[in-house]
Amino acid sequence: MNPVVQKTYTYPQFDYVQSEEQRTKTLKCHPVVIIGAGPIGLTAALDCAQRGIAVVLIDDNNTVSIGSRAVCYAKRPLEIWDRLGVAKPMVDKGVSWQVGKVFMRDDLVYSFDLQPEPAHKMPAMINLQQYYLEEYLVKACQEHALVDLRWKHKLLDLQQNKNKADAPVTLSLETPDGIFKVEADWVIACDGANSDTRKLVGAGFSGQFFQDRFLIADVVMKADFPTERWFWFDPPFHRGQSVLLHKQSENVWRIDFQLGWDVDPELEKQPERVIPRIQAMLGPEAQFELEWVSVYQFACRRVDQFRYGRVLFAGDAAHQVSPFGARGANTGVQDIDNIAWKLKLVLDGIAPASLMDSYHDERAFAADDNLLNSTRSTDFITPKNQASLRYRNAVLELAKTESFARPLVNSGRLSTPTPYLHSSLNTPDDATDAFVGKMFPGTNCADAPVRYEGANTWLLEVLNLLAVKQSNPAATFILLVFGDAPPNEQLNQLTSLLPAGLATPVLQLASGSLQDSEGRLQERYDGKAGTVYLLRPDQHVAARWRAFDALKIARAVKRCIGVFETSGANLGKKENAA
Amino acid sequence: MTLIRTPNIGQTDAFYQALIDAQRDMSEEQANMFSTKLVLILANHIGDNAVLNEAIALAKSNPVM
Repeated sequence: MNPVVQKTYTYPQFDYVQSEEQRTKTLKCHPVVIIGAGPIGLTAALDCAQRGIAVVLIDDNNTVSIGSRAVCYAKRPLEIWDRLGVAKPMVDKGVSWQVGKVFMRDDLVYSFDLQPEPAHKMPAMINLQQYYLEEYLVKACQEHALVDLRWKHKLLDLQQNKNKADAPVTLSLETPDGIFKVEADWVIACDGANSDTRKLVGAGFSGQFFQDRFLIADVVMKADFPTERWFWFDPPFHRGQSVLLHKQSENVWRIDFQLGWDVDPELEKQPERVIPRIQAMLGPEAQFELEWVSVYQFACRRVDQFRYGRVLFAGDAAHQVSPFGARGANTGVQDIDNIAWKLKLVLDGIAPASLMDSYHDERAFAADDNLLNSTRSTDFITPKNQASLRYRNAVLELAKTESFARPLVNSGRLSTPTPYLHSSLNTPDDATDAFVGKMFPGTNCADAPVRYEGANTWLLEVLNLLAVKQSNPAATFILLVFGDAPPNEQLNQLTSLLPAGLATPVLQLASGSLQDSEGRLQERYDGKAGTVYLLRPDQHVAARWRAFDALKIARAVKRCIGVFETSGANLGKKENAA
Repeated sequence: MTLIRTPNIGQTDAFYQALIDAQRDMSEEQANMFSTKLVLILANHIGDNAVLNEAIALAKSNPVM
């Protein structure tokens, strides 16, 4: 393929290199093979590598995403990328925004702010063309000693030994040098909505298709619109349909036109059709150039099981959502956040392979939440009959003057993390321990400004710093302690109770090395003196108590790695079922 | 709270007259829009999702004559 050139971007061409194992015809078994070097596969490779797993990442192409596809990246995925050391160029290059406006015909009906809470390191949302994002991820992968990124490797076949659960997966790969086989203890399939891996394992992928089409135009122009998300219902320049305007990097603007079902997608892509639409929207004076145009139809679908033996599905290969709400790539990155530490514990023999079932439980739950939100937005944007259209328009008309109607306006509920409230890995709060606020067992850790070892920083950075100092970050459960340091006898008891290989370093607030510089930590965690939070390696709350109790902490750590004590009177799952 | 299914409007005839008068001079489409907005306004006033779900189910199941 020749290099593709757009007005503001030239696609890099990465070199295909024949692998040593293909050249020498040696069958090698890798701990993890990742299929697909899109944003999710690249993130998977980085996260596994940071956890200490050597990975092979394959892609059938040798460049980044052609055309701008994903645009909006939300705070939680940015926090994950920050943990992996790649968020900075994204935030620097991207356009940060947090205000969205909704218009009906000529009038503003509603405006929202995604981050009403101040003092978070990462912005609420950035907009960035997918190719820049992938470029930064590729660079980080290429620089990491544990990532073996192989271009022009296409997956042809995948076999699992059904009679032997711990047998490796055998993959047939095709390169310009022919076909060869590799083995993998685990496979992470990040090969997108049309996943070949999914077809090869025979996984189901069902849901709802929407009878509507959207024209996506990326336009280069110097315009003085504010960096906000603008969404129109039934605008004068595109009657009866919706339009979305969003700023990206390098003066590229994303415009989405709803087209309806009865249009010819090929015809609508032609510049002579696209340009007048945009001119009508921007006015006759506006000067712009087309960067990228495509027409798509969307679907909301989910794979039936996120885990098929030793194959794990992530990103669009596992779930496909409508684009309203920026829930595609954002959810996929959180899939990876969930997979990597668990895989490392399983590969190290610290946790049983059944821990990977919790990947399905937690992320299928999140995917269903995303699909529900995405479907609801779609029903509002694309009403299915006259009565639904009337309700939609009634909401919009009322919203102009009546505040009660504004929360009903749904132009996309933007991606926020789904807490794993029902996960079997959580230890529920003791009935006698009362907590207020937004944190629960199963929520991701809220960030907060702190001082650590004399410098201003952020809680999530400190958690990461502390984890990577340990010999095995994936096996590190940090204890965030408010108030006095736990007594040594309790700490010694905890160490003696923990399964081999696990560490629970203490991060102590107040008299310790951590200071709550603005009081946000105490506020966000309801951190009364004596409170202990047990934090998972993926920076989620596993459990919390109002006092330090080594026995309870050890039990919660075991539960969180999928070790349920079946003998003994009152431990693990049995306690929960009682 | 559950949905009230016994008479509860203070002045029934006056309410019904107000409802009919409000849309007497409207076109079919205007009247439909009026009714739709009224549903949304009243739903917000009720607020309780359980009661609203009961009301939706009752309206849906009430037999067509």
